[in-house]
Formats: sequence, C-alpha cells, structure tokens
Amino acid sequence: MKAFTYERATSTAQAAVRAASVPGAKFIAGGTNLLDLMKIEIEAPAHLIDVNGLDLAKIEPTPDGGLRIGALVRNTDLAADAGVRRDYPVLARALLAGASPQLRNRATTAGNLLQRTRCPYFYDPDQACNKREPGSGCAALAGWRRMHAIVGTSDACIAAHPSDMAVAMRVLDAEVETMRADGSTRRIALADLHRLPGATPHLETTLDAGELITAVVLPSPPGGTHVYRKVRDRASYAFALVSVALVRQPDGSGRVALGGIAPKPWRDEDAERALASDPHAVVDGLLKDARTSPDNAFKITLARRTLDAAIADARSAR
Amino acid sequence: MNESDAMNPARREALALGRDMLVGGAAACWAGSPSARAASPRRDAPVMRKLTLRVNGAAQALELDTRTTLLDALREHLHLTGTKKGCDHGQCGACTVIAGGRRINACLSLAVMHDGDEVTTIEGLGKPGHLHPMQAAFVRHDAYQCGYCTPGQICSSVAMLEELRHGIPSHAAADVAAAPAWTPDELRERMSGNICRCGAYSNIIEAITEVAGAQP
Repeated sequence: MKAFTYERATSTAQAAVRAASVPGAKFIAGGTNLLDLMKIEIEAPAHLIDVNGLDLAKIEPTPDGGLRIGALVRNTDLAADAGVRRDYPVLARALLAGASPQLRNRATTAGNLLQRTRCPYFYDPDQACNKREPGSGCAALAGWRRMHAIVGTSDACIAAHPSDMAVAMRVLDAEVETMRADGSTRRIALADLHRLPGATPHLETTLDAGELITAVVLPSPPGGTHVYRKVRDRASYAFALVSVALVRQPDGSGRVALGGIAPKPWRDEDAERALASDPHAVVDGLLKDARTSPDNAFKITLARRTLDAAIADARSAR
Repeated sequence: MNESDAMNPARREALALGRDMLVGGAAACWAGSPSARAASPRRDAPVMRKLTLRVNGAAQALELDTRTTLLDALREHLHLTGTKKGCDHGQCGACTVIAGGRRINACLSLAVMHDGDEVTTIEGLGKPGHLHPMQAAFVRHDAYQCGYCTPGQICSSVAMLEELRHGIPSHAAADVAAAPAWTPDELRERMSGNICRCGAYSNIIEAITEVAGAQP
C-alpha cells in the first residue's frame, strides 16, 4: 500500500473543498472496497478524507412522501429500516442479497454506488486493463468472461457493475444529492450517475472532482409487489450472474431493472411497457444490443428465466 | 521482480517510482489536475498518527503508520493474535471483530478510522476457565478442525445473534418486513461471511443453534 496522509472531515462543505484541493485526495467511508484496492495499489490515494464523522447517517421522510437516505447510512441499517422494508422492499432485498453481514455493517449507501467492478483483470496488475491503466488494452476481451457485462460494453471494457443495491435504486427512480467544492449542491438521477465505458472506462461516474454524495433520495413509494431475484454461483456472498429488480402492479404492469449484465444498473422504461403482456419482450428490449461470448451467452436465457421467476414470486406474494 | 531486484533497494525504488507515475497519471485524469502527483512528496515515506483504541475494555494508545489496518494493529501492535489474518481482503471472515457493537472485517478497516472506538476481540469474549457461552458451545460441538477460522466464527456468531435480537433481516427471510425467524436457514445465511476450509459447518451451526436456543 502507498503511504497517505489522513484527515477526518469536519463538515460536508469542508470535505468537498479539501477533496478538490488536496492532490491525490479521496474520500473514505466504509472503506470495504477502497482499502481492498489500496492493498494491491490499484487505488493509491495520496490523502484520505475520512467522512465517517459527518452528519449524513439519517433516514428521513421527504415533504413529497419519499425518503432521503444519508450517504453514510450503512447497508445493514438501510436494509433494517422499517420504512424501507414496508414501502421499498425491493431495496431491502437487494441490499441483503449483497456481500456479507460484516461488509454490510461497514459499507455505506454512497460507497455502494461508487464501488468498482470486480472484473478479475481489473484486479490483476499483470493484465491489461483500460480502466486501471487507460490505453493498455482489455485482457478480459480474450479472457474468461462468465462474470462480465453483455450490454453497454465497448471495445475498451466489458466490466460489469457489481452492486445489487444500485439495481434496486434504479428501479425506484432514485436520485443522488451531492455537494461540490464551490458549495453548490445538485441532484443527479441514478440513471445518469454511472457512465458507460465507451473509450474512457476509467471515467466511471458523472461526479466532478471532489464532489461528495450526501444522500440518495427516493420518490414516494411505487406500491405494487417488490421482488429482487439474484442468481449467482453460490447461495450466498457472491456477485450476481444475473439479477432482476421488479416492482409489479396488480394489473401486471411495472418496472424492471437488471444487474450483473451491464456496466451500470440496466433499465429501459420503454421496453418495460410490455411487462404485463410479454415479459420476454422486456428482456429482449433490454438486451437487444447484447454482445456475448461463449462464456456468458447464457445470461440472455438466464435473464428471461430470472424475470419469469421474479414475476412468479410476485404473483405468489399477493 | 526477481530475487536480485528484491535485494537491490535502488532498483526497487526505481520500479516503485515508475509504477507511481503510471498510477499517478490515471489519478490525475480523474482529479483533473495533471500536476497533482508531481507535487506530492515521496510516496513511500510513512505517515504516522496517534490514536486510541478501546480494546476489550482497556484503552490502548498507539502511534501507527496510517496504512495499518485494524487487524494489523490488533495482531502486530497489541499482540492480540487471536484475531486471524486469512485472505486480508474481506472474503473469508477470519479477522471478524466487534467494533462499535457491530461485527466487521478488521482487515478492511484502517486503525485510524477507529480512533476512540470500542473493539471486542476473541480475547475479550472469554478466557480459559471463563469461556463465553459461544466458545464453550464450539468446544462442546467440536465446531472446528484446524481452528484458524474459529475466532472469527465465534466473534461473528456472537454479534450475529445480537443482530437477530434487534430484528435485522437477512436474505433468508420469506417476508423481509416481518421479524426474522430463528431458523437454521437464517443462521446459515447470516454466517456466510465466515468461510471454514475444513468444512466444519454442520458442527458450527449446531453450536450456534444451541446458544441461540438458550438466549431467545
């Protein structure tokens, strides 16, 4: 690990200023992904700004009937929140499908959104990786691709976004609240937070330098029956091959987002209009530009079947 | 790096600098300030920081390299070697301790982030002659072979029963809004962050089930 200086942030505004002005600075909250990457020097911040002491760990109702989730709310606490379990169960389900209890006790809401891919070629400094070293190539293209994305990819990068929580946040139309170094705040739709890799897979989000996520805001509850169905290579504590976040209304309509198959939570509001009449058409729409390899072509079939299973779950839950 | 390079500090330094420049290039793109890394001091000089951990009830004042994980602080500086280093990447759970009342992977937390925190390790749960009920149950049920994962399993299971008691749900729940059930499926799911390569899982679950049954 590279040496770094360390400070504890005293306010949100000060943290954003420091992050934008101190060379090589990064925020650290749970640290469960950043520290992992620092150990193998894929991340090498010169300065860490510990934001854990900031007053960003509350879950509060919003005036329009939604929920404002502080950036530092731990995954465990978000999944255990009575309001989330009652009104946004797809979110609680997705959180509980991710990582291990020890990790969820540390991992934060904002950190979960900003976690980096688990592509094994990104993690191996001896392999070419455009995300880790822009312009070096992509070893995954000729490698083992079972865990990789099949849509939203590029010739430069086929890494999948690893988060379960983000898939549920996407289906719930979440927005991210931020503070920038100049003291201004803004809201970014979750759909616009993560970039597709294109030719610049090292640029993963639309956040500015030093911009700090302060909260994730959910609109009022969508109603319906919520399902998060995750298929993985072992029954617990593994990343998704395919996951489906489903909010299904009594008439069969609803919303669908997929995980495990793209560089960001994958949803298409036009395609999902077919949910009540032809669920496979929703998957076909979502995956219409899929580029698969023999290692991961199964994900197309698996996505259809996982959505079928999620719909069956929703029907039996009513 | 071959062995002769490893023996040659000047060569190591040159390699480290070269790698820094590569990594620095990528970081500078993100930060939008190309001069950022060039202006920073030599990157391998340790940065020391004072902190106090409250470990098993006793305040421990330390001055540590900021890179020191909570796990290494416990093992290498406080010589509490009951907490084990398995993968050192949060995948195995051997380093599980209870910090601020919550079980965490001590390998994925920096010691400086825990300044002032209360930390309980396996040494703080019980001692020979005064075992914690979970330690006694593990012995009674032969819930280990090599024993390397055992301190993590025990710290994890003690905190896990607290989580159940507080109604924290798990992936095993049929209804995520309902109070969690104390079933073997729930216990197994909740212990999935602790890997046992000997495969002593069935006895581990027996031991935990016994303690869970005694402490509803």
